[in-house]
Amino acid sequence: MTNKTKIEAEKVNFFYGEVRALKDVSMCVQENMITALIGPSGCGKSTFLRTLNRMNDLIPRTTLAGKIFIDGEDIYSPAVDVVELRKKVGMVFQKSNPFPKTIFDNVAYGPRAHGVIDKATLAFIVEKSLKRAALWDEVKDKLKQSAMELSGGQQQRLCIARALAINPEIILMDEPASALDPIATAKIEELTRDLKKKYTIVIVTHNMQQAARVSDCTGFFLLGELIEFNATNKIFTAPQDKRTEDYITGRFG
Amino acid sequence: MKKEKIYQHIAFFGLRLSVLTIISVLGLILWFLAKEGFSALSWEFLTQPPKNGMTEGGIFPALVGTLYLTSGAILFALPLGVFAAIYLTEYAYQGRFVRIIRLGVNNLAGVPSVVFGLFGLAMLVEYCGFGPSILAGSLTLGILILPTIIRTSEEALLAVPQTYREASLALGVGKWHTIYKAVLPSAIPGILTGSILGIGRAAGETAPIIFTAACFYAPRLPHSIFDQVMALPFHLYVLATEGTHFEKTLPIQYGTALVLLGLVLGINLIAIVIRTGLRKKMR
Ligand SMILES: Nc1ncnc2c1ncn2[C@@H]1O[C@H](COP(=O)(O)OP(=O)(O)OP(=O)(O)O)[C@@H](O)[C@H]1O
Ligand SMILES: [Mg+2]
Repeated sequence: MTNKTKIEAEKVNFFYGEVRALKDVSMCVQENMITALIGPSGCGKSTFLRTLNRMNDLIPRTTLAGKIFIDGEDIYSPAVDVVELRKKVGMVFQKSNPFPKTIFDNVAYGPRAHGVIDKATLAFIVEKSLKRAALWDEVKDKLKQSAMELSGGQQQRLCIARALAINPEIILMDEPASALDPIATAKIEELTRDLKKKYTIVIVTHNMQQAARVSDCTGFFLLGELIEFNATNKIFTAPQDKRTEDYITGRFG
Repeated sequence: MKKEKIYQHIAFFGLRLSVLTIISVLGLILWFLAKEGFSALSWEFLTQPPKNGMTEGGIFPALVGTLYLTSGAILFALPLGVFAAIYLTEYAYQGRFVRIIRLGVNNLAGVPSVVFGLFGLAMLVEYCGFGPSILAGSLTLGILILPTIIRTSEEALLAVPQTYREASLALGVGKWHTIYKAVLPSAIPGILTGSILGIGRAAGETAPIIFTAACFYAPRLPHSIFDQVMALPFHLYVLATEGTHFEKTLPIQYGTALVLLGLVLGINLIAIVIRTGLRKKMR
């Protein structure tokens, strides 16, 4: 791998009150690659993902120990502007969460907030983002319709389009395909592969095949620990740890 | 199985009975007022000042005065209350300090209105030197309805799903913009409900304006916010407690009450229409 390191986590520990949800997680995410995070439910994948754009700051009584660098900059240093960080590190949530606004306004929300007012520019951004998220053909005739009237899978792709519209450098995806049918999933997978030319992607998934298909690197979490982190083909063909092997072969309790 | 059904019947019967009682009491009041007051209603009643020592003529100055006082109160209390609610729910650290403020607000909502009237007299009329005036009365009414507005606004804000805030913040959007564009639009129907309650209360209260704004008789309309005004609830109070002509003015009293009721209902109706429109737009 000749790529440059985009994200570097150093001994990250995370606490919800007294509960330790992450234990000494260290990981290097390479630029323009897709990194998959796998592991059983409740093992801390979402928690780790949310430390990368500081979304966990919003949950009261949580603490983080350790360091996370993005482009070599400590994102938890007091000098960092969280708003700027989140412009750079976009996120698609586990549960799709469109605003109760029109499809157009959902995608245009970020650019508008960042000062884009020109109608033509906005329309261009919205179209480009929706195309990227493989949703354009389905909604191009009803952009003025409420996003709440879309199906679950369409809503999720809308959220992807919304995240793409602010043109981040990193995209964090928390099970973006969990509510999608196989065709839409295939679309999203193809999309992620396409997106990595421009973006660095970290994706949480419960679907082993999906991780194997789309990602370059894979990290396996178990009870808050990063058990194994390696190139995806290595993880899936020659796992170093017994627990990783058990999990990917489905022999896990 | 059978026992359960009987319980269910009893429960439903109790629920129906409560609703029926409430509706019939309300209906009775309305019907009584309408029956007694309708004869007094006329175009002249609405557009003319009282005549002949208030035993004849209309209620125009009182109607206008109440409109002024109520609008003033809302103009003052709505922005202030909404901002306070935003601060309490969105910005303030949810610790002891905020709990104490909430407790204070809740208690304030239960303070008798005459206390607010005395406060207005001491603070606004005397200390600030506004004199008995629209300004002092509006502010007093505003303070009176402030707790209601803060509380309902807070509830409306808390009911907005956290995911809206997260979605917006995750797009690198600042906190104020997030509140303004992603949270407030969903909270506005609820906030409107608070202001409806506030308007109704402000329009109907007598005690807070007796010392701060209302005058017994003013044939002309006020020229500035430092003028005293007549007001519907105070007018009603004056007519009803005035010993000598009490019987003579009965129809006028019922008419005044009917107009006051109509005014409040009308304002509420407008707010409800706006709210329904907004709710539809949110879908
Ligand atoms: N807001 C929260 N408050 C307290 N504990 C939390 C909170 N969110 C998550 N946790 C706890 O942290 C641990 C890790 O949760 P996390 O959501 O990161 O798991 P996950 O790997 O994403 O699971 P899933 O695959 O089901 O989404 C869990 O034990 C969970 O109970
Ligand atoms: Mg999760």
